[in-house]
Amino acid sequence: MRSKFFLFIIILIFIIIFLIFYKGLTNYSIYTPKINIENDIPVFSANIFDSDLQVSSKELFDPKKSYLLNIWSSWCVPCRDEHALLMDLSKDEKVNLIGLNYKDRLNNAKNYLNELGNPYSKILVDETGTIAIEWGAFGVPETFLIYENKVIKKYIGPLNQQFLIEIKSLIK
Amino acid sequence: MNYFKIIFFFFILLNSNELKADNEDLKNQITKNLRCLICQGQSVYDSDSEFANSLKVTVEEKLNDGFSEEQIYLFLKDKYGQWILYDPELNINTYILWLLPILLFLIGGAIIFKSFIFTKK
Repeated sequence: MRSKFFLFIIILIFIIIFLIFYKGLTNYSIYTPKINIENDIPVFSANIFDSDLQVSSKELFDPKKSYLLNIWSSWCVPCRDEHALLMDLSKDEKVNLIGLNYKDRLNNAKNYLNELGNPYSKILVDETGTIAIEWGAFGVPETFLIYENKVIKKYIGPLNQQFLIEIKSLIK
Repeated sequence: MNYFKIIFFFFILLNSNELKADNEDLKNQITKNLRCLICQGQSVYDSDSEFANSLKVTVEEKLNDGFSEEQIYLFLKDKYGQWILYDPELNINTYILWLLPILLFLIGGAIIFKSFIFTKK
């Protein structure tokens, strides 16, 4: 009787451990941020690219307009891929493109923009990467769609055609 | 008088250093409890990635702005979620994590206790 009871317990423990490990197999342990978020935009102040001026987030964002904040850098290879899409999007008057130049050298960034074109209406500088952290970003490129001072959508990694269509439908 | 000035200068110098070292200790303590999101299995303190370095600067800035350790954790949790903290808080999602060791300890203790009684008989 006792040995049967123990056998039952052992099988039960085995099944539980098996289930935990089996679930763990498909569990994605890499950080996956929430994409559909409705967070207020962070409060910060940043230098404007290639000038001594400073701008605060309150001055920068008009609640009546929609903005697309794109974190980019001249050393970031995927940024080059999405650049053509950003150029395309900059022709759209419904959305203001704002660039955040992440941990970059001024000369390199200028060369990058001369080579590929400047889609941004304003560029902010983030030398230390702290402003990107205020935005909850953890790499480049990342893109935030902002409407009424709220981040309505966040794109991690380079934009693609599908995202572009989505952005265009969202800003209408 | 000059001696006095020199002593005073060193006094200030040493004092300010101590103050800085204090902040540095706290900064290290905080960054050791932060998970580096882009490098698996490393804390922000251990990592040298772009993200981790920025986070170290952020923590330092927040400490200089007078944020407490708790406030910095709250700030980062708000931005990146629970995952960034190595020390998870007790809530619906984590109660198994917290209670399982205690439960196992009690079950193990009960088994040992029972087997002792059985062997005595």
